[in-house]
Amino acid sequence: MNILSLRNVVKRYEKHTAVNDVTFDIPKGKIFGMLGPNGAGKTSLIRMITSITKADQGEILIDGEPLNALHPMQIGYLPEERGLYKKMKVGEQLLYLARLKGLTQKDARGRLNAWLDKFEITDWWNKKVGELSKGMQQKVQFIACVVHDPKLMILDEPFSGLDPINTNLIKDEIYEMNKNGTSIIFSTHRMEQVEQICEEIVLMNQGRVVLEGNVKEIKNNFRDDKFELEFDGQFPSDMLGDSFEILKDDAISCVIQAKEGHDSNDLLRGLMDKNIKINSFKEVLPSLNDIFIKKVGESNE
Amino acid sequence: MSKVNLIIGREYWTRVKTKTFLLTTFLAPIAIALFYAVLIFLMTRGSDKTKNIAIIDNAGLAKNIEMEKNNLVFDLSNQSLDQLKDKYKAGEIDGIIELPPLDSAQSKYDIIYHADKTLAIDETSAIEKMFRKPIRNYKMQAFGFEQSQLDKIDTDIELSPQTVNETEKELSSITSLVSSGVGFAVGTLLFLVIMIFGTQVMRGVNEEKLNRIVEVLISSVKPIQLMLGKVIGIGLVGLTQFGIWAILGTIISVSALAFFGLDAGMVDPAANEMAAEAMSNPEVQSKMADVLKELSSINWGLIIPLYLVYFLLGYMMYASIFAAVGAAAGDDVNEAQALTTVVMVPLAAAFYIAISAAQSPDSTLAVWSSIIPITAPVVMPVRLASGPPAWQILLSVALCALFVLFMIWLASRIYRVGIMMYGKKASFKELGKWIAYRD
Repeated sequence: MNILSLRNVVKRYEKHTAVNDVTFDIPKGKIFGMLGPNGAGKTSLIRMITSITKADQGEILIDGEPLNALHPMQIGYLPEERGLYKKMKVGEQLLYLARLKGLTQKDARGRLNAWLDKFEITDWWNKKVGELSKGMQQKVQFIACVVHDPKLMILDEPFSGLDPINTNLIKDEIYEMNKNGTSIIFSTHRMEQVEQICEEIVLMNQGRVVLEGNVKEIKNNFRDDKFELEFDGQFPSDMLGDSFEILKDDAISCVIQAKEGHDSNDLLRGLMDKNIKINSFKEVLPSLNDIFIKKVGESNE
Repeated sequence: MSKVNLIIGREYWTRVKTKTFLLTTFLAPIAIALFYAVLIFLMTRGSDKTKNIAIIDNAGLAKNIEMEKNNLVFDLSNQSLDQLKDKYKAGEIDGIIELPPLDSAQSKYDIIYHADKTLAIDETSAIEKMFRKPIRNYKMQAFGFEQSQLDKIDTDIELSPQTVNETEKELSSITSLVSSGVGFAVGTLLFLVIMIFGTQVMRGVNEEKLNRIVEVLISSVKPIQLMLGKVIGIGLVGLTQFGIWAILGTIISVSALAFFGLDAGMVDPAANEMAAEAMSNPEVQSKMADVLKELSSINWGLIIPLYLVYFLLGYMMYASIFAAVGAAAGDDVNEAQALTTVVMVPLAAAFYIAISAAQSPDSTLAVWSSIIPITAPVVMPVRLASGPPAWQILLSVALCALFVLFMIWLASRIYRVGIMMYGKKASFKELGKWIAYRD
């Protein structure tokens, strides 16, 4: 079952098409990464999912149902551009935002107390938001985004501006919510975060999906026969040339690129034939960043 | 609808609970009352210190004058100027008025005031005024008028309107004066309220846009709900403030009347005497009665609800446009200012027309601008006290209501795009495109 399905979704603005015939599914209970450079159409897509704008064409299904007026209450959205009322007190503000999401006063109050407890910030209730540091405000924002216990959470660059400690704190919360069954869409252009957090991703560029699937599978599909080796002695020069190339060589290890028609076995066999002692050997999978640059480069051509 | 209520509640309470609101609401009327109290006090007291002034009368004018005027005490002296100057130097008197001989052919008459310090402006004019009538009488008598003729020479002239149709309500000379006074006050009030609270709406919307909270809000509620909530919430703040002002104003003026009526004697006997004198003057009394009669003959039961209706229509009309401006403008102050000007021009025009409509409520300009929606909420209330025909009121209210709906629609179109459009300059061409955008 998919928490979100997009079918041929199109969003046009005056001069350009921000989202161009996008189709993909987000399975329930997953942490799903939405990647793409700036201007790829991520935010336009999110705004349609959160009912801020409407799709020009195509269909958006939440939990199998076409988007309706009740869905925004089941979605938690932490926008990239976010802010709070500076002059309002933390407690008042969170209550207000929670009630806009349809919670009753009492219910909202109870849940907020629990969240403030969890973040150990109960004494913030009567503080004005303007008195809090930026990182502190982010925590308040995160609570506002999750207080109504959404079944789908959309986080747009959630870690921008957070220090490592708070990043970890929020990250842990994201994992925990996911464990409790919340599906999460994580939109970013920071690849390394996606590699750590997401199981599945979709890569967008210029309004289109250029790549989608499981992170591990994608990385496997993009393996390009690079190997990292540690060994004693020199790399035999007669193995170079047509077969192998040294990409990196320093005191500790060396990265070898196998050329067309050669694989890891050829490399190991050759080294063993020369009686070179191999201490370690592993394949270097491309990082999502490399794949991203490669794919985006391709699709821009 | 409950979400709009939540928004209205936030907009209302976050404003009403601030110190600024409490201060302006409760202290402003008290400050104004104090200001007037001080002003009246100063005016009735005149200058503070009593001045003893000797008069040398070489013209026979000072026989019947009052010997005390505000803080000036006069003394008709037989001594010579030199003797008096010695008294001045000794500090016994504060000045000497010398009235030179008067000739009936003179068209200018110089009264000489001997002192090292000049008199205050009000003192000077009081003295000049004091001698005007004696001089006039002196000349008249010199020309051979009898005292009895002199008594009859001044005539009060009044234009008395009389209705032609018997059914019309009775008119008096001050009908138009009273209704234009009431109209002017109401017109000014409406203009101020729309301007003050309209710009508050604009700033509120702009704040939400600039600090980016709007992204969070817009994922829970529709832009139009957010806009209406803000407009209505701030409108209620305005009503609350004016409600409190009306109550406080009544309390203050009633207690002021009581204070001056009963206790003024203790404060300043002279002022009290003057007031009593004015009140006992039958002419003044009848004028006051006329004004009160006129005020009570105005159909307040109909007009006050109409004022409220026009306030609501005018406020909604302009506040929604101010909301659109706040949404369209970025953090560039000039941009916001340029857009505000466009809203302020018709509002200011309405105010100027309202001023002229207060004087001539049935002029073509006044009639049409009280029907055309963009000026009507300010101009029509001005005309209401003078009883415009019912069809004009009905037409005006109907057109305004339609126009308000149109403006809310138009503003919400601009609002929903503008509120999330960062860094794009809101030219009028751009705004036009926004209106046409699909969701």
